[in-house]
Amino acid sequence: MPTSSSLYFEHDADVGIIGRGATVEQAFEAAAQAVFSIVTNLDLVQPSSTLTLEFEEADPELALVTWLNLLLGKAHEQGMIFSRFHVQRHGNIWRAEALGEKWHTGLERGVEVKGATLTMLSVKQTGAMWEVRCIVDV
Amino acid sequence: MNLEQLRQLQPCLWSLPRASGEQRAEVLLYGTAPLLASMDDKVLEQIANVAALPGLVGAAMTMPDAHWGYGFPIGGVAAFDAEQGGVISAGGVGFDISCGIRCLRSNLDLADAAAHFTRLADTLFHAIPAGVGEEGELKLNPAQLDQVLLDGAHWAVQHGYGNAADLEYVEEHGRVVGAMPAYVSELAKRRQRGEMGTLGSGNHYLEVQVVERIYDSAAALTFGLHPGQIVISIHCGSRGLGHQIGTDYLLMLAKAAGRLGIHLPNRELACAPIKSSEGQQYLGAMNAAINCALANRQILTHLTRSACTEVYPHAELETLFDVSHNTCKVETHEIDGKSRLLHVHRKGATRAFGPGHAMLPQRYRATGQPVIIGGSMGTGSYILAGSSGNPAFSSASHGAGRAMSRHQALARWHGRELINDLAQQGILIRTRSMRGAAEEAPGAYKDVDLVAEATEQAGLARRVAFLRPKVCIKG
Repeated sequence: MPTSSSLYFEHDADVGIIGRGATVEQAFEAAAQAVFSIVTNLDLVQPSSTLTLEFEEADPELALVTWLNLLLGKAHEQGMIFSRFHVQRHGNIWRAEALGEKWHTGLERGVEVKGATLTMLSVKQTGAMWEVRCIVDV
Repeated sequence: MNLEQLRQLQPCLWSLPRASGEQRAEVLLYGTAPLLASMDDKVLEQIANVAALPGLVGAAMTMPDAHWGYGFPIGGVAAFDAEQGGVISAGGVGFDISCGIRCLRSNLDLADAAAHFTRLADTLFHAIPAGVGEEGELKLNPAQLDQVLLDGAHWAVQHGYGNAADLEYVEEHGRVVGAMPAYVSELAKRRQRGEMGTLGSGNHYLEVQVVERIYDSAAALTFGLHPGQIVISIHCGSRGLGHQIGTDYLLMLAKAAGRLGIHLPNRELACAPIKSSEGQQYLGAMNAAINCALANRQILTHLTRSACTEVYPHAELETLFDVSHNTCKVETHEIDGKSRLLHVHRKGATRAFGPGHAMLPQRYRATGQPVIIGGSMGTGSYILAGSSGNPAFSSASHGAGRAMSRHQALARWHGRELINDLAQQGILIRTRSMRGAAEEAPGAYKDVDLVAEATEQAGLARRVAFLRPKVCIKG
C-alpha cells in the first residue's frame, strides 16, 4: 500500500492539485509530484541532480504554497524538471530535497505551471492521513 | 450558476442582491442568461468577495466570458481609489501579468496565401520558441533586463525588433510608467533570462487568421480590415518574470493584509492599500512586468515578420493593436460627474476605451479602441471596438472562456486525433505537446460567438470583424 498519492480536482481554467500522505511532509511531497506531472511524464525523468531547499513558515497552508513555488521558481531558473521529493519539518523550518535532471527534448511536453495559488488552499489531517490541496495556474 | 439568486436589470446585465447585513459593494454581472447559467457558482462567490474589499469604487463586475479563477474570477473588473483606502491585489491581476494579444494586419489575402500555409506553419513553428522548456535566442544581462523593464516595447524597437510605427498601436504607446525594477526579485529576473521572445504554453498561441466576416464596415476600414485578409494574433504575456512577481507578491500581500488590518473574505484576494509600502512595491514590480510583456510581444512580432517574409517575400505586417488583459492600470474615470484617478484591475478582461478617448491613437480616436476576443484554435476570434458610455470602467471580454477543465478535456480528446481533425477543416496546428493540444480542444471552450454577441448587447464593445483560424502555433 503506497503511503502517499497525487491527485487532481476540477477547476475551470487551471488545475487543482491534491497531495496525500501519512505525514504532512509526505503530503507535501505528493503535491509536488502532482505539480510536476502537469509539466511532463515523471516516469521518464532521471533523478540525477539534487536541489536542496530550506524555508521558514509557521502557517502550514502558506508553507505548502511556498514549497511549491520555490520548486517551480528554481526549476524554471535552472532549466530543471524534478520528479522525486523529500521533505522534513522541524517546527517552522522546512528542509527539502528535489531530485531531477536538466530539461531535454526527450521528455514529454505537458504544460508549464506558472505558480501555486492561495485558492482552494488547505492542509488537513483526516484520521491517519494528511491531505493538502490548492489551485495551480497553468 | 443558479440565476434565481440574481436580479436581471437589463437583457445582459444582472446584479447580486445583498443578503441581510452583508457589507459589500454592488456586484454586477454582464452576459446573457445562458452564459451566466453555464458559469460555476464560484464566479459569484469570488466576485462577491472582491466587492467586500476596501476602497472599491462603484461595483465589482464580471464580463460575459467570466469563469472561476484564483483571487478574482477570470473576467473580473474592479476599480479602487487610493484616496479612499483602496487596495491593489495580486490576485486581481494574476501570475501572467499583462498577458494579452498583439494583432497584426497583413497585405496578404487568403486566395494568394493559402497555397503556402503548410510552409508558413512550419516556418513559424521553427521561428517562434513555444512550449515547455523552449528558450529564446536573446539572452539579456541584468542591466539590459532592467532597461527592458523600464522601456517595454521601446527597448525592443531600439534594439532592432520591429519599428517605431508599432509603438503607436500598443497600449500606453509601448511603455507603462511607474515600473520599478528594484522591486522585482533577483529570482524573477533570472527566470526571464531565456524567456524573452517566447510564447509559453497553455492557452498561449500564435495564430494566422483570415477575416471572414465584417460587422461594422466603417470601423473595419479604420482598423484596416477587409474580408479575405490575413491577420496574425500573438497571445502571450510576461513569461517567467511575471510569474515570479505574481508568486513573490501573492504571499507578501496575503501577509500584509493581516498586518494592515484588512479583512479578507478569502486570502486568495491578497492585497494591500495602494498607498502602503507593500502596495507601492507590488505596483512598481507589476508595471515592470507589464513592460516585459510589451517587449516580449514586440520581439515576437519581429520574429513573426521575419518568418512571414521568408514564405511571402512581399508580406507586410502592421500592428493593428496590442492589448493586455491581466493588469491593474491607473486611469481617470468620471464617477457621478467627477473625474477620479482609479486603479482598475482587469483579470482576464480587456481595456475597451470608447470613441474620443485621449489615450487612443489618432487613427482610432473616432472609432474606439480595438478590442480582441481570442477564441479557441478551432473556432475563431473577434475584433471589436470600444463603445461610447461603456459602464464597466471601459472594460470588455477577453476570450471565449473555458467550458470544461483541462482534465475533462484530456479525458475526451487525444492531441494527434484532434490535430488531424482540425487539418481536415483547413486549420494547421503545430505544437510540441500533444497533451497541451488536447487540453486546448475547441470543444473545451464556450461558444465565442455568444460571448462576442453578449459583449455587444451589454454595451461593452461592438463587433467589427470575425477571424477564422488557418494556422495555429501552440506551446
